[in-house]
Amino acid sequence: METKTQTPGVVKDKRPLFYGLGFGILFGFLLHKGGVTKYDVIVGQLLLNDFTVLKIMLSAVVTGMIGIYFMKSLGWIKLSLKGGSVGMNVLGALIFGVGFAVLGYCPGTIAGAIGNGYLDAIVGGLIGILLGTWIFAVMYPKLKDGILKMGDYGDITFPRLFKVNDWVVVVPVAAMIILLLLWIERSGF
Amino acid sequence: MITVFTDVSWSPYAVGIGIGVLSWLSFLISGKPIATSTSFAQTGGMIERIFTGEKASKRPYYQKIKLNVNWQMMLVVGVVIGSFLSAMLSGDFKTGIWVPSLWAGAFGDSALLRVIVAIFGGIILGFGARFAGGCTSGHGISGTLQLAVSSWISAVFFFIGGILTAHLIFYVIA
Repeated sequence: METKTQTPGVVKDKRPLFYGLGFGILFGFLLHKGGVTKYDVIVGQLLLNDFTVLKIMLSAVVTGMIGIYFMKSLGWIKLSLKGGSVGMNVLGALIFGVGFAVLGYCPGTIAGAIGNGYLDAIVGGLIGILLGTWIFAVMYPKLKDGILKMGDYGDITFPRLFKVNDWVVVVPVAAMIILLLLWIERSGF
Repeated sequence: MITVFTDVSWSPYAVGIGIGVLSWLSFLISGKPIATSTSFAQTGGMIERIFTGEKASKRPYYQKIKLNVNWQMMLVVGVVIGSFLSAMLSGDFKTGIWVPSLWAGAFGDSALLRVIVAIFGGIILGFGARFAGGCTSGHGISGTLQLAVSSWISAVFFFIGGILTAHLIFYVIA
């Protein structure tokens, strides 16, 4: 079934592509400054010797969460949530984790590692990731109604799950993350 | 002021807060969360389409994610450029590095071995990212900051899988 949303002859707005590129440049710049375009830093985190990755992620989550929920409460933005299931987010994420440790980069940081000049990221990791996503696309018809649907819970958030006001979750989660970061610092990492 | 940009690294908290602020702008301006892994699947599909044409376009997964150049794909291209700029400004751009030092310390400096393992790891990672419906950025940062249940579960299991496997690689196999 086709629906025509564009008038023929009218050029599609390309501005979103430039915004995407701009956000990417800033994101890549930050990833490099954070050191997470490097295998040693990422695997150092997984070996629990270097907590840079967790410090970056948790401080991004606290900052992002407060701003996003503030803007949501003002009606400026809408959330953009991913659906999920036990099959996807437990089994799929464990598979991802294995690949994360074997490769030593993830999809975002490998783009950063390529920009940083690491050849194992360009020649090895990038080819592997493209192949892996293709294998998933080939297998998708067999997976989509089975394991991917197992224990489906849709695109729910914790405030909706607990049927409470957003801030009843945001505030304690922010406090817990900050305490965790303080504890990591005090432990000398 | 200028030295800020030429420093090789910043405090992880400054970087994290920066990424958090970037996520506000991305929602506000583009209405989208920062994420990367779908773009790799779309690129893979576009490459297959060069060889098999219709056969690739008709795959249900590619119909679902749509094979065209979009916002997120440009974001991934931007990450390469942004990291390159930061690396060049700080004199940290690497040439000729095939084997990370942590890897070399455990498994030697064979580029071939490292590349084979990286391809293998990439396959598992790419497959797992699409299986889970997101990666360390889409689930791990953008999804968790929206308090999505799917993303918190994914982020926890990314690290459980990653931590166990890294320990196996470096303390059992090595």
